[in-house]
Parts: sequence; structure tokens; C-alpha cells
Amino acid sequence: MNYSETFKIEPSGEREIVMTRIFNATCDLVFDALTKPELVKRWLLGPPGWSMPVCEIDLKVGGKYRYVWRNEDGREMAMGGTYREIVRPDRIVNTERFDEAWYPGEALITTTLIEKDGNTTLRTTMLMESREARDEVLESGMESGVIASYDRLEEILSSQVAGKRNE
Amino acid sequence: MVVDHLSATFAALSDPTRRLIVNRLTGGPATVHELAAPFSISQQAISKHLAYLKNARLIERQRDGRENFCALNPDAIREVAEWAEGYRRFWERNFQRLDVLLEEMKTRRGKARLGGNAARVAGASVGARVTKRQKQHTQKGKR
Repeated sequence: MNYSETFKIEPSGEREIVMTRIFNATCDLVFDALTKPELVKRWLLGPPGWSMPVCEIDLKVGGKYRYVWRNEDGREMAMGGTYREIVRPDRIVNTERFDEAWYPGEALITTTLIEKDGNTTLRTTMLMESREARDEVLESGMESGVIASYDRLEEILSSQVAGKRNE
Repeated sequence: MVVDHLSATFAALSDPTRRLIVNRLTGGPATVHELAAPFSISQQAISKHLAYLKNARLIERQRDGRENFCALNPDAIREVAEWAEGYRRFWERNFQRLDVLLEEMKTRRGKARLGGNAARVAGASVGARVTKRQKQHTQKGKR
């Protein structure tokens, strides 16, 4: 499997961003890795230099979660939300809001896990409150300042097209 | 500004037909007629999609003699590609760590399934550790 087959990000309508990734593990393992604090702390870290000193998860409908990240230079970033739906081991719906919001309002995150032949497809749909909010999220990813080549774009677009065809 | 551009760009790319058109244009400029050929929709419908893409600055119309060509706008395309690259890289780092963690979880679960027998045949080191723990336990009991 090549990179573009296992990992896709695409806009959907005006307010959604859809991300899919395939993992070589069963559904229940991936579900645990997404919902058990001691496991989440190990991977949900972002760029190098960040750790996750606080990870609280009250995994029930109406329960809250809270994540705090800390950089080596002392900067902190925190977010949290409420669980709206939990269907173990294949579906989670939760709200998401950053303390120092980098986009207006809340986002609603729907996570689905589909297991096939021992592999699990993680699909995350991020529904923003407004189109403006989505665009700010999209823009924030641009800080890297990478000048991508046309080849790269072609890969992205063809993976989107392939994704649509498979739907 | 960038936000304005991106919002128009993403709205334009949220449609599969328009994505196919853009994808086709990564191979070089094409006429409206050439772009319409693979689709079973009217040339008028294609023209609407092209107008949408042009408004989003994704494509430019060019004239060469009597022919009208469409070509990609490199700046708009670069903005999309940069966003996608940054966002993708952020998540891919996380997901690669998750890959490693899942492998570890599989191994651990495999061992747990083997249960007591595996522990018994696991060798002297495990045995030694168990004995030590039992000793500590006994000492605590004495206190």
C-alpha cells in the first residue's frame, strides 16, 4: 500500500474536512488507542517538542474530555469537549473547542472505525460551525511554508478523485 | 486574503467534476471541448464549472489564435497544496506514532492471551522477579 492509499484528507461541502487513515490493527485496539488516556498521551502529540501532561477522558455520553499539551519552551495549548455518542468499538461523536480558539466556535467530530481483513480504517469528519471557521483551520496548516510541487498536487488530487470513485 | 482565496478554492474543489477538470489540467492546458469530452454532461454545464473554477482563481482562460484554452493558475494551486501538505504532515506524525503503539498493543495482547503457561516457561529472570516481589510482600507483612 502506498502513502496516498492509506492516508487521505479532503474537504467535503463547505463546512467539513474528512480525513481517513488505514491502520494495521483490529478495530477494538484502535478504539482503545483513541479513548484510553495512557494510550492517547503516547501518540496525539503533533510536532516534535510537545508532550501531553494532561489527558482526561470520561468516556460516556455527556462525559467530558480535556487535553493539555506543553512545549519544551513552556508554551501550552489546551482543548476539550463533550461526548455526544459512543458506540464501542466503531463510532464516537464529540465536540471540540480549543481554550485559545484558533477558529470560531466549536467543531463536531465524528470518528468511525471500519475493520476489514485485520486492518482498520479510521475516518474522522470535522464539521465546523461556519465556513469561515473551516478556512481558518485550513489556513493554520500553512505555517509550514512548504512549497509543494505540481507532482505532489497531482497526487493529492488523484487520491481525492480515487476516493470519490470508491465511495 | 489567504483565507478568502482558500475558501473559494475549497468550495470549488468540493465538487468531483471540478476536481476531475483540475486533475486533467495538471497535464497541461486544454480547450473547453477537450475538457468536456470525458463527461456525459452538456458543454454548457462544463462551462459553468469552468466559470466557478475561474472565480476561485484555480484556472485561467487563455486565447491562442481562434482557440480558447483553460490552464491552471499556479498561485492558487500552490496555496491548496501548501495547506494540504502542512495539515497532512501534522497528522501523519501522530498516526506514525499510533502505528508503533498499535504494534506494541498487539504484542502485549498476544502475550496476555498465552497466559500463565507462557509466564511459567518464560525463564529464570521472570521467576527471579516474582520471588523478589513475594519476598518484599512477606517483609511488608512482617512489619
